[in-house]
This record gives sequence, C-alpha cells and structure tokens, in this order.
Amino acid sequence: MSDTDSILTVDRLSMRFGGIVAVNELSFDAGRRRITALIGPNGAGKTTVFNCITGFYKPTGGTMRLAHDNGREIALERLNDFRISKQAKVARTFQNIRLFPGMTALENLMVAQHNALMLASGFTFLGLFGAPSWRAAERRAIERATFWLKRVGLIDRADDAAGNLAYGDQRRLEIARAMCTEPALLCLDEPAAGLNARESAALSELLLSIRADHGTSILLIEHDMSVVMEISDHVVVMDYGVKIAEGAPQTVRDDPRVIAAYLGADEQEAIAVMESDA
Amino acid sequence: MSGGRVTAPTTDHKPARAHRAAFILKKALLSAFVALVLFSLMIGIRTEAGPTGQLIYWTRFSELASLVGAVFIGSIIVELMRQWLGPAPTANLIPPPVQNGLALAGRLIAPALLIFTLLVPVIFYQQRYILDLAILVLTYVMLGWGLNVVVGLAGLLDLGYVAFYAVGAYSYALLATTFGLSFWICLPLAGILASLWGVMLGFPVLRLRGDYLAIVTLAFGEIIRLVIVNWQSLTGGPNGISGIPRPTLFGIPLTPADDGLAARLGIEFDPTHRIVFLFYVILALALITNWVTIRLRRLPIGRAWEALREDEVACRALGINTTTTKLTAFATGALFGGFAGAFFATRQGFISPESFTFQESALVLAIVVLGGMGSQLGVALAALALIGGFELFRGLEQYRMLVFGIAMVLLMIWRPRGLIGHRAPTVYLKRAEAISSDLVKEGHG
Ligand SMILES: Nc1ncnc2c1ncn2[C@@H]1O[C@H](COP(=O)(O)OP(=O)(O)OP(=O)(O)O)[C@@H](O)[C@H]1O
Ligand SMILES: [Mg+2]
Repeated sequence: MSDTDSILTVDRLSMRFGGIVAVNELSFDAGRRRITALIGPNGAGKTTVFNCITGFYKPTGGTMRLAHDNGREIALERLNDFRISKQAKVARTFQNIRLFPGMTALENLMVAQHNALMLASGFTFLGLFGAPSWRAAERRAIERATFWLKRVGLIDRADDAAGNLAYGDQRRLEIARAMCTEPALLCLDEPAAGLNARESAALSELLLSIRADHGTSILLIEHDMSVVMEISDHVVVMDYGVKIAEGAPQTVRDDPRVIAAYLGADEQEAIAVMESDA
Repeated sequence: MSGGRVTAPTTDHKPARAHRAAFILKKALLSAFVALVLFSLMIGIRTEAGPTGQLIYWTRFSELASLVGAVFIGSIIVELMRQWLGPAPTANLIPPPVQNGLALAGRLIAPALLIFTLLVPVIFYQQRYILDLAILVLTYVMLGWGLNVVVGLAGLLDLGYVAFYAVGAYSYALLATTFGLSFWICLPLAGILASLWGVMLGFPVLRLRGDYLAIVTLAFGEIIRLVIVNWQSLTGGPNGISGIPRPTLFGIPLTPADDGLAARLGIEFDPTHRIVFLFYVILALALITNWVTIRLRRLPIGRAWEALREDEVACRALGINTTTTKLTAFATGALFGGFAGAFFATRQGFISPESFTFQESALVLAIVVLGGMGSQLGVALAALALIGGFELFRGLEQYRMLVFGIAMVLLMIWRPRGLIGHRAPTVYLKRAEAISSDLVKEGHG
C-alpha cells in the first residue's frame, strides 16, 4: 500500500508497561476509505495499539501520523486523549462497551456532538438565554442523532436509558455515538463480540455502508473471522506485540504463521480462521 | 455472552426461603460480631481517672450484651424490611393506574409547592418563628441545589462545599463593612469570588475521583475555616464579623427611620417586614439557582457533566475536555454557594467561623443524597424534611440525632436512590411515552 492513500501510518510503535512489552516496533498503514482489520490471539496487544492511537496511552516509542483528506498531517503521539477526537477526528469504541448507561440513547448521541454544540451555545452563555442560533444548532444535532439512531435501528429506543438496551443494541449505539463525532478514522474494538450470527451480518453491512456513504476509514479489531473476512480490505495480524503477517484477507488466512499463532493460542479460533470462507 | 445485558432479578421459589433465612441470619451474626468488637472497648470497659490520677476501670458486660443483642435483632429487622419493602419489586407491585396517578401527583407537586412557598409570608405573617424557619429551609434548598450541580450532575463527591458558603459570606461581610458596598453589588462579587475558589479547588483535584476526591475536598473545607480562624487582622478570627449591613430594597432601608420603606409607604413599621423581604430574597435566589441549573442540564455543558458522572473515559474518547468540564462544575456549584453565603451574612448581621464547620457540608450533602442525586425537586423536599425535621424534634433534645439517624437509615433502605430517584432525560424524541417508564427505572451507579 503506497504512502499517499494511507490515512494512518503507524511507524515502529512500541508500548511497554514496566517489564511487559505489549507492542513492539509495530508498523502498519491503514488505507483511506478502507477497512483495515487488526487481528491476533488474546493478549496480542491489539487494544493497546488502539489506546496509543486514541491517546489513552503515551507510546514509549514510534510515531503515528494521521493524514486528513485536505493534506493536513497530525502526529497523534503528540496529542492527548480528548484532542485526538476533537482535532484529529479519530473516534473509537471500547472492547467493554462504554456508553453513558443512565442517559438515553438520544442523549448519548447528543453528548458525542459536544464540541460543535458547545460552540453553538456560545460556551453556554447564548444557550442559557435560548438564543435562536443555539436552538437551530440543537435541532440539527437532534436530527443528526435521529439519523444515526435510524441507521443502527434504534430509533424506537431513542428515549430509553442506554444501560437498559440489549447487548447487541448497546454495541450498535456505541458505533452510532462514535459516528456522531464525524470521524475521519473510526476505530472499533471487537464490535461483533457477543453478537449472534444475524447481528454480526447486520454489523458487517453497517460498517460497509459507513465506509461507502460517509468516506470514513475504519480500523477494526475483531475475533469474529466471518466479519473480518467479509468486510476488510487489509488485514494486519499481531502476536505478542509484533506484526506476524499482513495482506489481503485470503492471503492472511492461508498464512502458516497466522495459523500457527492461532493454534498456539486457541484451537477454536484457529479452526474459525481456517474454516471461514469469504 | 450476556455480560452487558440488564435483566430483572429473578426470584426462585422453594429453595429461596431457606436460603434467605440463612442469609439473614449470617448477616445478623456478622453485624453482631462487628458490634461486639466495636463496643467491647467503647461500652464494655469503662475507664476513669481515679482521685489520685491513676486509671480505674470497671466492666459493663450486661450493657454490652444488650447492645449486641439489639444490633443482632435490628439487623434481622432491617434485612426483613429490605426484602419486603425492597426497591426492586415496587414497580411491579403497583398497578398501572396507581402508577399513572403517582406520576400525575409527581408532576403537580412542584408547582403546588412553589405556590405554597410564595404564600408562606402571607399565611404565617404573625408567626415569626415559622418565617425564620422557612428562610433557613430555603437557604438549605439553595445550598442543596448548588451542591447538586457538583455531586448530583457531575458526580464529583465534594465534602467541602461549606468553604464556598464561607467565602461568599466573608466576601460580602468584608466588602460591605470596609468599603460600604451595598448588598446588591456585593452579591455577584461574592458569587464570583466563591467560584474562583471553586476553580482553585478544582485544579489540584482534577485527577481524583470518589473517595480520594472526597478527602481532599474535606480538607479544603477545613483549610478555609482555619484560615478564617487564624487570619485575625482580616476576618476577626473566632470573634467573627459583626455589624454586617442589612439588605435594602433598591437602596431603601427596611428600618423605622424616616427614609425607611415603612415611612415612605406611609404604613406603620413592623420588624416582620424585613423578615418577609429576606424571605423573598432567598426565594428569588433559590429559584434563580433552580432555573439556571435546569437550563444548564439541557445545554451541552450540563450533558457533559452528566456524561462525566457516567463514564469519564468515554467522555474523553468523544473529545470532551474533562478538565474544563470539571472546573465549570466546581465553579458553578461554588457560585451558588457564594450567593447563599452572602445572603446568610446579610440575614444574620454577624458571621463567625463556627457557622462554617464540616457539619454544614455534611448536612448539605445529606440533603442532596437524600433528595436523589440530580433531582431538583428531591433536593427541595429533602431540605424541607431534614431542616424542618430537625426543628420538629427539637423537644426531644438528645434523642434528636438518634431519631434523625434512624430515619435516614430507614429512608435509604426504602429508597436507595433518594426520594426522587429517577432521572428525567434532558431531551426527548417522543415525549409522551417517556414519562410512564420513568417510574420503572432501576439504578445505575
Ligand atoms: N495498562 C496496562 N498495564 C499493564 N499491562 C497492560 C496494560 N494494558 C495492557 N497490558 C498488557 O498488554 C498485553 C496486551 O494486552 P491487550 O489488551 O492490548 O491485548 P488484546 O490483543 O487487546 O487482547 P484481547 O483480544 O484479549 O482483547 C497484555 O499482556 C496485557 O496484560
Ligand atoms: Mg483487546
């Protein structure tokens, strides 16, 4: 993959926790408007990579460069957490869902538009007195939230507390919430975990349409090989913090090192890798 | 994989009964044991200094035994009550028509309370004691609403809220006595100064949550009090500040003087006029606090506060600057505390550090927790119940605290999320159906 059509270039990224080297000199590219999957057995360091990209961890080495459509380049390792979402336009979901459980689904999506709404409310002062410009902005925000609620099939649950939704619904709501920040790069940590086959298929469809309709690049951690094989354009395989293979889904699936890594870790997963047919 | 799924607690029937009895017994035994360990030194052995200064002691095992027994039985009763009146099944037990009725009553109670409050000076004009009590209750309502922003909305456990109350009171007292500024000029200044202190407190505690935050804010409250006690030249130390000017009605004093309000209106002077005036001042201040808080909740800043309470990590992932969000919560809460403090100073005419002890912080926090974290109406009801209840049981002297404590414990068992435990959403897609489901909601965090 050439450098010019990459949205994210990770170069020799390392992350140490005391003696543990969770990520070791990892380099990979995520293509613009592509779905890049990051796979590997449990404990390979995938979530740690996400935490570095999204600023929750300061990497101990390496660089991560984000190139926006307009040519602006941002060194992610220099920004801290909330600025990565705000300025670099990188959104993420979490392996253990992190919604605002006591707030409604709609409110969750409103919180995601915080920075835009904060400006529109004149940093609260205009909003306090109900300025018309603020009201219009709030209406637009509700419209955007409604759009995404419809998109993930949760429009009927809009006024229900997020914590009361079923597991699969919570997963989709978290994706909708991330999309409400209008990201250039969407990082999804195991979005299909705990979903049944039908829900997984719907998820694949959703991710494909997010890429097609919104031009969002997706970086995806996933154990569910049927999802990975079906939707990803490029797969990066990690084990023990290093990259052991990368390439098109079919190539990676047949790679003996990948099979060995999965066999070493978990027989079930290895079988899943080998058996899944895209 | 059902890790995140929220399911109603299921109750099995046959083995549950025996199991439950064993559970209750085990719990009661444990409580009794803890009581034994605790009280064996506190009650079981009594020590005193003898006539020549030596230590004499004697044992009081019968008292100890009766106390441990009381804890054992009390624990069983509490457990039984928790299971009978437990919060979980109430939603299912109450039939829908009653639920709808309750919801309707719930919506009417706030306006009814407001109208009644507006009429209090008319109804109780002759009873000065009730008017004074009403002013006190309203002061705590305002403090509760102010702290509610920090604790109820932003979820930051602040045990030093009285510090801002003190800053507001002393700001007004000092500005008024040294520069002769009027109450209405000092009021915003006192609020601004208090909120500056709120930001100053906010900075060092930004990384702290929960217990750690509580301890630091507790210390902060004490520091402010100790500074006031020790900075004699400015604050008068333990003697406090006296002769604080009374508020005026747009410059017209409420005194028997010739230029007083009564003389100007041509009516006879009555000291109750000032009380009534103070009543409406604090009512207005409290209502402004309420209005601002309700508005703020529906603005991005208020939603960010609540989101912060729910999940700070998720907030950061959405690009919310948690630092400024926390600081604004502290500053807003402190602002209201400062207003209340300035009012307190002008009402009393005299302030001293004694009024700003940790007890006050604890009381205001109790009001917020009892009211149901985040609920404006709940906080108002809790302030009425606590402050009014205190006065009601004044005749009971030393048993007052005991009654108060028992009432609190029972209430928290009955309604663990406070008087008004449900959270009203700040924005609806479809308004109608949301209200009835509110009653059914169960707790998160
Ligand atoms: N904050 C931390 N402190 C110490 N060690 C950590 C921390 N975060 C991750 N690790 C370690 O880094 C290694 C990689 O963990 P990581 O969560 O990135 O794996 P993963 O590939 O996401 O696994 P899974 O598929 O189970 O989610 C593990 O050995 C883990 O114990
Ligand atoms: Mg992980």
